[in-house]
Amino acid sequence: MTALQLSAQLRAKSRSVVEAVTPALDAAQRNEWGAFLRFDAEYKTRVLERAASVQSRLDAGELSGSPLAGVPIVIKDNISVAGEECSACSRMLAGYKPVFSATVIERLEKAGLVIVGRANMDEFAVGTTGESSVHGGVTNPHNSAHVAGGSSSGSAVAVASGAVPLALGSDSGGSIRLPAAYCGAVAIKPSYGGVSRNGLFALASSMEQVGTIAANVDDALALLEIISGADNRDGTCVAQEPLAFADRKQDLKGVKLAVIAEVSDDIRDALKSAGAELAEIALPMREVLLPTYFIIACAEMASNFARYDGLKYGQRSPQAQALGEIYRLSRAEGFGRAVKTRLMFGTLITTSDYYDSYFRQALKVRGLIKREYDKLLSEYDAIVTPTAAAVAPKLGETPGGKVNECDIFTVFANLGGYPAVTLPCGVGEGGLPLGLQLVGGAFKDAQLGAIARVCEPIVRVTGGGA
Amino acid sequence: MSKWEIVMGLEVHAELSTKTKIFCGCTTAFGGEPNTHVCPGCAGMPGTLPVFNREVLEYAVKLGLVLGCDISRVCRFDRKNYFYPDLPKAYQVSQLHAPICRGGGLEITTDSGSKFIRLHQIHMEEDAGKLLHERGFTKLDYNRGCTPLLEIVSEPDFATSDEVIAYLEKLREILMYLDICDCKMQEGSFRADVNLSVRKPGEALGTRTEMKNINSFKAITRAIEFESKRHIEVLESGGVLVQETRRWDDDCGESFAMRSKANATDYRYFPDPDLLPLTVDEAMLERVRASLPEVADEKRERYVSLGLSAKTAALITHTRERALFFDEVLALGANAKIAANMLQHMKEELPANDFAELVKAREAQTAQSQNLDEGTLLEVRKQIEKAVAENAEAVADYRAGKQKAFGFLMGQAVKAIGKSASPDVIKSTLAAVLAEMTKE
Repeated sequence: MTALQLSAQLRAKSRSVVEAVTPALDAAQRNEWGAFLRFDAEYKTRVLERAASVQSRLDAGELSGSPLAGVPIVIKDNISVAGEECSACSRMLAGYKPVFSATVIERLEKAGLVIVGRANMDEFAVGTTGESSVHGGVTNPHNSAHVAGGSSSGSAVAVASGAVPLALGSDSGGSIRLPAAYCGAVAIKPSYGGVSRNGLFALASSMEQVGTIAANVDDALALLEIISGADNRDGTCVAQEPLAFADRKQDLKGVKLAVIAEVSDDIRDALKSAGAELAEIALPMREVLLPTYFIIACAEMASNFARYDGLKYGQRSPQAQALGEIYRLSRAEGFGRAVKTRLMFGTLITTSDYYDSYFRQALKVRGLIKREYDKLLSEYDAIVTPTAAAVAPKLGETPGGKVNECDIFTVFANLGGYPAVTLPCGVGEGGLPLGLQLVGGAFKDAQLGAIARVCEPIVRVTGGGA
Repeated sequence: MSKWEIVMGLEVHAELSTKTKIFCGCTTAFGGEPNTHVCPGCAGMPGTLPVFNREVLEYAVKLGLVLGCDISRVCRFDRKNYFYPDLPKAYQVSQLHAPICRGGGLEITTDSGSKFIRLHQIHMEEDAGKLLHERGFTKLDYNRGCTPLLEIVSEPDFATSDEVIAYLEKLREILMYLDICDCKMQEGSFRADVNLSVRKPGEALGTRTEMKNINSFKAITRAIEFESKRHIEVLESGGVLVQETRRWDDDCGESFAMRSKANATDYRYFPDPDLLPLTVDEAMLERVRASLPEVADEKRERYVSLGLSAKTAALITHTRERALFFDEVLALGANAKIAANMLQHMKEELPANDFAELVKAREAQTAQSQNLDEGTLLEVRKQIEKAVAENAEAVADYRAGKQKAFGFLMGQAVKAIGKSASPDVIKSTLAAVLAEMTKE
């Protein structure tokens, strides 16, 4: 059953909200793959209270027009819910409780969705495998010897394992698309500026967006519609209206798709037989995508993370006495290795000695990348790539240096601010899921959604993926 | 040996009088219980984002237009990164690469004549919080954090402390007339850092030091005198100056080294990704230009054209409030010269309306008195003074704002004087007598 169907039943009173959240609570209790965080009796009580409150709103007829009312959802641990611990899975923020809720949280609460859990993730959303959480790694529900992918590992696993129909994640370089592809779920990263970042712990500010994960395209789009749109608490959220996904297509007639070499013949044939016009392209500026992304992301991150200084909240080293020690020791003890590496790199390349040769160059190259892809996306309705180059790697088998290559097909959407969706597309090596990525032009989210809806059943059965 | 020349540039921070902070909705009111003018945004809590207060841009454009700057059509914010407890995000949002105003300047006048001081740039930024050191502890107050500032950076065009003071007075006058800054040095809403170096005429610029924490005009003069002497002494004794930031301690009358360039922080400025570039279009420029109030220079010029002396015009424009009052009185049809004279002697505050009436009465008296002989006038005045002295209660009522009391006093005066003077003359003399009493 889809989330939309579940909500329809709840609104028709053929089921209760408590019944709807019970499977999620049971799954959180078992927590087989490590997707859920801090689930205990107290949290369970809170979820049941939320369910009861939504039930009474349903009973009062308040939510009759809300398409996902009553549906359980999990939230990545870097999105603020007022009064609820939110640590981005870092020691640095252990015990931190935000005093306000993220805009996306306010919107989904208003729409009557029920938050049933906090999702595990790579520490501070830094990582592609889901293994760097201070709470321990997340494993793949299809084979727990493999990673779930990151950084939104818990969100993808909670959906892919059937624990919940919906999850929120965040994506600065592929962080919702990659784990969704590895675990066999649908994920959408909207256009930059389509969804408010207010309440999302900032990582790479100029590239990240909150996105949705679901078992199918319709559910993911419906959730995105609810959380998107203008927000006066985020000046970069330039969308005037919520993203709307009413557009539907019967087939792919007249749809122009730019396909890269890594997309399999089976997929091409399936897309063609649905009426799409395919053109072969090479991913423009492919060799500079990851370095450019990495430089900008680390620079922004180093500045964004400076506020975690041990003075006001989160980790403060018990050894620290003087001010300099509070900064140095708290940060040394609070951050994990992958985070520290990026903080040091990001700091170095924005110092006056390196700014011109690294950061300024990266900004320039980003401009060139954007120009190339803007042009491509004005000629084609979508760029089609595998979401990842291969299936989920085994646990511990992706050493630091190579991990980044997982993002090779995903980062251009963040560099250019484009909407991107990943669809399950059969299985690959070891029976593990594969994902197909569609990337559309900036703020053509509706068109991309319509194309994704048509592609979803075609590529799901075609399989063989990339 | 030839004399030393002092070369100075100024960085002035003006805290803007917008109602709310530059990136959140908190009040900018001075003081308040510590940490009561604070929200998650200006406290730098994770997940908060800056939302720019457009009023700040408007204020910056106003100042830029008055100072003849080039207003950038597109400007941007940068982050200035450094760790310090008064900065909860550990970066200050400022403008380095693309500030709102470049160039421009202002003409100053000192005893040695006029001089044009060039501006380098004006940029918008947020202020930091305050640290309160108490018995081994340091308390943090973020009330001031994130309040809007304009930093007005001059070129190194100053040679004397008189020029510096003249510039600061002029700048302060402009900020106050634009009504964009209350310019209270004691409250820190108008602060100046002095960059100073010395050289022999014709030589290249010497090593400069920057002095901070100067809290009054007098302190500025003292600080410049001290620091320039220190530079000269070091150089004349064969020493070497260090480029550094120094803190002025007005109680000791000395400056102390804070940090040298060698161990200066690298602020790692880079464009703030949370704030989109700001555009200033022609329509906005036109709108702001049209809304510009008359500044003091323009007012003085107009007053002189109405027949006032330059000195009187300057006295009236000494404060914006007085000049606005004077304009209101003029708008009510009062004679400028008479109003200016009476204004200088006015001891207590009157509503503009009442004051304008007094001015008009004085004017009428002056006009009509010319038709009567001196003796009659003296007699009229004597009778009126007597009537006023005998009716202290009515005078008190009049001064309390009761117009009826004037009528009563008028009646008493007419009764005493009879037909030797017209009611108009009696009325204007009575008004003058009452006005004189008021100013005593």
